[in-house]
Amino acid sequence: MRPRSRAARKAADAAASALAFLAAAAGTAVLFWIMAEVFARGASVLGPAFFTRLPAPPGVGGGGLANAVLGTVIITLLATLMAVPPGVLAGVYLAEFAGNGRFASAVRFGVNMLMGVPSIIMGLFVWGTVVIATGGFSAWAGAVSLALIMLPVVARTAEDMLRLVPDSLRESVLAMGAPYWRAMLVIFLAARNGLVTGVLLAVARVGGETAPLLFTALNSPYWPTDLTKPTANLPVTIYNYAMSPYRDWQAMAWGASLVITAGVLALSLVSRFALKTGTERKAKR
Amino acid sequence: MNGTAATALPPRPPVSRRSESPSSRRSAVRRARIVVRGLNFFYGRRQVLFDNNLEIAENRVTAIIGPSGCGKSTHIRVYNRIYSLYRGQRAVGEVLLDGVNILSDKVDTAELRRRVGMIFQQPTPFPMSIFDNVAYGLRLHYRLPKSELEGRVEEALKAVGLWDEVRRHLAAPGTDLSGGQQQRLCIARALAVDPEVILMDEPTSAIDPIATARIEELVVSLKSRYTVVIVTHNMQQAARISDYTAFFHQGRIVEFDETARLFTAPREKRTEDYITGRFG
Repeated sequence: MRPRSRAARKAADAAASALAFLAAAAGTAVLFWIMAEVFARGASVLGPAFFTRLPAPPGVGGGGLANAVLGTVIITLLATLMAVPPGVLAGVYLAEFAGNGRFASAVRFGVNMLMGVPSIIMGLFVWGTVVIATGGFSAWAGAVSLALIMLPVVARTAEDMLRLVPDSLRESVLAMGAPYWRAMLVIFLAARNGLVTGVLLAVARVGGETAPLLFTALNSPYWPTDLTKPTANLPVTIYNYAMSPYRDWQAMAWGASLVITAGVLALSLVSRFALKTGTERKAKR
Repeated sequence: MNGTAATALPPRPPVSRRSESPSSRRSAVRRARIVVRGLNFFYGRRQVLFDNNLEIAENRVTAIIGPSGCGKSTHIRVYNRIYSLYRGQRAVGEVLLDGVNILSDKVDTAELRRRVGMIFQQPTPFPMSIFDNVAYGLRLHYRLPKSELEGRVEEALKAVGLWDEVRRHLAAPGTDLSGGQQQRLCIARALAVDPEVILMDEPTSAIDPIATARIEELVVSLKSRYTVVIVTHNMQQAARISDYTAFFHQGRIVEFDETARLFTAPREKRTEDYITGRFG
């Protein structure tokens, strides 16, 4: 029996490691490239005016995108308010009551499918239902479409986070003679960091969604004063401005891109931090 | 490697009321707080407790020992009906607490669990302050003015010897305490609601030896006011702190006796084999 060459084995090992490293580096490099590009092109237009003024006509210069920043905040906030309560409750159902029965499997499958639905289809769906029924584009319709995208994300993370709470804690609350709903309050407390993380990640997920807003909130050059009217928002503004032939509008689109990227990044960092302090607490226990 | 392995296991012998009466001097228990008669327990279709008969003496510590998987924990989890959380778990028979069968649907589990407290293997401080942990059950079961609430929390913390260690940071999270302190906090939380029986399911198996010694002392001190049932893996612990011991094996109570007698002069071969370390 001739032993296999050790040198060959080591070479193969080194090659595989190098390839894996390169692939990982390439993926990360793309992220940094995007961030560098967005920053380089967008930073110059970001000033006080960007966050305080309405858009200027092409060629005039000096305007801002305050209406779109505000509109995005409003629509995302409304979507969060719509998606979080039912999402968390669905997660509670899946984690606490559903078990592994048929209905639970169906719900879980449905949640996963919902997560995979392309956002443009969510937009079309809301256009076909809410926009047509209410007679026009509106911030409400935009919020509904974003809420539909957030819902499965919130439900899934809520389920996962509630499952992380050890059964012994659940049992010991109930062993005190607490009714189930009061025990759930303690479980929520124990899972609070994870739940907050889930919500933040869901917000980050919809923060830059364009397609659903295109069909629902549309856009507007004015301040968002009426939620039943088309409402300015950053993603659709980027879409419009970047496609325009005007240099200054294109620059504003880069600026808006930087705002969204920074916002999503900040949310992700905050949620990571929340989760980390949460798990450190648990580890100490 | 095929053919023989595929044949089914031999069918279990019929179990209902197979009166394998544990050779116990049952008269040894003077005043029984809990009387278990013909208790059978099922996880779905699998039976794990077989015709358990046991008496738990008032104001005494009763230890339940036996090898892993023998049904010790399952047995005491019937006493506060915590098992009923899980679908498919079923207890059949009688568990009389002061003469009332707690397995009856008429028994209110909230009140039952106030009267029968439970301590778990892992300390389970709730994610709230030390004060709120101890006050949790009090707020749940009683309406108390603030001053009395504070008084009772203090009393409970003193009963477990934790008061001097935490009096200055009652607002700190319960999870900041050490493992042994957390377990004593959980005991204080259980004591605060004025229970009659305390169930302990391997309360020291996740705790270091010094903290374990403190909890053992505490258990002994508890029996002046409470009836204590403690499941333990540790035979020395059972010998040190209990007045009565029940030896479980494969879901049956093999022997039940005063602790001193069970450990010095077991009447059953299986008990002797277990306490001398021949299996387990």
